[in-house]
Amino acid sequence: MSASPDAKTLFEKIWQQHLVKAESLAGGDDAPAIIYIDLHLLHEVTSPQAFAELRRRGLRVRCTDRCLATIDHSTPTLPPDANGHRPYVTEAAHQQVETLYRNCAEQGIELHGWDSPNRGIIHVMGPEMGATQPGMTIVCGDSHTATHGAFGALAFGIGTTEVGHVLATQCLLQRKPDTLGIRVEGPLQPGVSAKDVILHIIGRIGVDGGTGSVIEYYGSTIRAMDMEGRMTLCNMSIECGARAGMVAPDQVTFDYLQGRAMAPSGAAWDRAVQHWSTLTTDADARHDRQVEIDATGIEPSVTWGTHPGMVIGISENVPERQDGAGRDALDYMQLQAGSPLAGAPVDMVFIGSCTNSRLTDLRIVAAVLKNRKVAAGIRVLIVPGSEQTRRAAEDEGLDRIFLQAGAEWREPGCSMCIGMNGDIGQPGDLVVSTSNRNFKGRQGRNVRTVLASPLTAAACAVTGRVTDPRSFLEVQA
Amino acid sequence: MSGTSVIDSHTYPLAFENIDTDQIIPAQFLTTTERAGLGRYCFYHWRYDDKGDPRADNPLGGYRAERHQVLVAGANFGCGSSREHAPWALLDFGVRAVISSQFADIFRNNALKNGLLPLQVEQSVVDFLLNRPDHPVRIDIAATRLQVPGLGTIDFPLDPFPAHCLARGIDQLDYILQHEPLIARHEQRHEY
Repeated sequence: MSASPDAKTLFEKIWQQHLVKAESLAGGDDAPAIIYIDLHLLHEVTSPQAFAELRRRGLRVRCTDRCLATIDHSTPTLPPDANGHRPYVTEAAHQQVETLYRNCAEQGIELHGWDSPNRGIIHVMGPEMGATQPGMTIVCGDSHTATHGAFGALAFGIGTTEVGHVLATQCLLQRKPDTLGIRVEGPLQPGVSAKDVILHIIGRIGVDGGTGSVIEYYGSTIRAMDMEGRMTLCNMSIECGARAGMVAPDQVTFDYLQGRAMAPSGAAWDRAVQHWSTLTTDADARHDRQVEIDATGIEPSVTWGTHPGMVIGISENVPERQDGAGRDALDYMQLQAGSPLAGAPVDMVFIGSCTNSRLTDLRIVAAVLKNRKVAAGIRVLIVPGSEQTRRAAEDEGLDRIFLQAGAEWREPGCSMCIGMNGDIGQPGDLVVSTSNRNFKGRQGRNVRTVLASPLTAAACAVTGRVTDPRSFLEVQA
Repeated sequence: MSGTSVIDSHTYPLAFENIDTDQIIPAQFLTTTERAGLGRYCFYHWRYDDKGDPRADNPLGGYRAERHQVLVAGANFGCGSSREHAPWALLDFGVRAVISSQFADIFRNNALKNGLLPLQVEQSVVDFLLNRPDHPVRIDIAATRLQVPGLGTIDFPLDPFPAHCLARGIDQLDYILQHEPLIARHEQRHEY
C-alpha cells in the first residue's frame, strides 16, 4: 500500500525483484506468487525429510551454489573424548548429523561440518561468511531466519515441505504479506541494548502483534545500531509472530560485509553497493500498519512469563494478570504478581543462541565478569555462535576471563536455546538466558526461563539474582 | 483436507492461548529423520511426567483419537518454531482440524501442506466450543463451512490454492516445476 503509485517499501522492492510469477487473480486457480530464493540455509533438524522426498521423486537440488549448510542444533558443545567420540545426547542426534553429511555429499552441497573453521549457528555463520547480503531472499527451515533481515534481505523461516520445494526448484509459493513499519527514535540509555529494544517492542505489540506481516525497523535508534544489534533485533521478529524483520542497508551494513569470504569484491563490490543503496523505503511509501517506539524510555528488559510478549522493565513489578494465561504463567514461573522480578534467585545463566552469541555480546559479558566470580552455586554456560566467533573471542582472551570467573566456555551451537543437544537446566531451575524463547519446558522440563540481554545475564551471573545491570555500569565508571 | 472433504467429529477443547510448537512437540523429539509416528510425542510434557508416567492433570486426558478429530484452542495456536513436526505429530495423534481465532503463519502454512485444517473463526465461536467440550461439529471443507449445533453455520476463510490442489490432485512441488521456464528466465535476468 503506497501513498504515491511508484513509491515502494523496502519489502516491496525485494519482493518484486524476486517474482518469478505473480499471484494469479481470484477466480482462476488462485495460485500464490512464485518467488525466487537467492540463499537457502540448511541444518540437520529440518532437512532430512526434504532430502528424502527429493530422492523419492528422483529430483536433484537445482542450485547447489545457493545452498549453505551447517550442523548446529543437535550437536554437542562439549569437545570429543580422547578417542575422538563426540558426546551426542542420543544416537538419534548423532545419526541426524550423519544424515546431513550424507545428503550434502550426495547432492554436492557445501556443508560446514565439524572440520570447518566457519561452522556455527546457521544465523551466525551466514552473516560472518558474507553469504547474507542486502536485497536477497533467504530461507531456512528455522523460524529465526528473520535474523538475516538485518542486512536488508527478505529472510524467513519455512517448514520441511517447503525446504524440499526450494531444494528442487529454488522457488517458493508465497502469498504477499502485509508490512508493519516500526519506527524507533532516540538514543538508548546506558545499559540498554538491541535485545532490550526488541523485548520491549514484543511486550508492546504482543506475541501475535506481527502475525501476517513483514516488519521494517527504522528510525534513529536503528541507524545507530551496529550489525550485531540489528541482527538481535530482526532475530526476534518471529516472537511477535512476524514473517520477517528487516532493516534497510546503509554504510554500517556495507562496512560489515566488505572483505568477507562470500561477499563480492573488486568491480562486483562496487556494483553491489550501488544496487544495495537503492534498497530503502521510498519517502512517499507507506506501510500497511505503523508503530512508534520512543527508545529513550526503554529500560533493561526481561520476561516474567512463558512467552516472549510477557515483558517488563527490570525495575517494574510482575504485572497483576487476572486472565487464565497470565495466572498460568505466574504459576509456572513461581512468581508473585505485584512483586519485583529483580532479586529472584537464579540457578543458571545461558549466554548464547542466534540472538546473542556474537563477539560484541561476549565482550559485554567479559567486561562484567572480568576480575569477578560467578555467584556460588550458579552454573553459567557461555556458548559462542560460531568457530569464527570462538577464535576471535579466544584471541582477545575472553575465554580466560570466563573460565577464571567460574563460567563454562563451550564449543559453538544452539545449545540451551532449544536444548536438543542435552544442554538443559534441571527441573525448577530459573535460567536467565540471552536466547529468544521462554516457552514452558523449552530449556528443560519445568525450567523457568527469563529472557534478557547479555549485560543483564552477566550481572545475574555475578549476583546470583535477577539484577538490574545498570548497577554494574556505575561500579565500572 | 486429506481424503473426504467433510469431517464429522466431536471437539476436544484446549482452553489455552499461544499454544506453541514446543508444547505440541518438544524439541527433544526433533532428532528424528522420519516424519511418521510422531503422535506418541504430541503434547508430550502435558501427557507425561518426568518419569514418562501419565499425568493426572493431563489436559488431553479425555482425548480419544477415534472420537476427537477436531481440537478447539485459544488464540495464536502454533506460535514459535517452524518445525513441521508439529502438524506431523498432530495428524499422527488423530487430529484433522484445529479451530482457533488465530494461527501463527508458519504453522498454518505447514498444516495446509500436510492436510491438517487450521480453521479460523471469531473468538465467540471458539468460546462457545470451549464451554461445550465434546460438542459435535461438521466441517465441510469444500464449502468452507463449519456447522455447530446450537450455534449455527459459520463460514471460514481458507486459502483457495491448497483446496484447489487437493480437489484436482495437483502436487504443489509439481506445480512449481511446471513453471521451470519462468524460473530459468529469472535466473538469466538477475545477477542478485
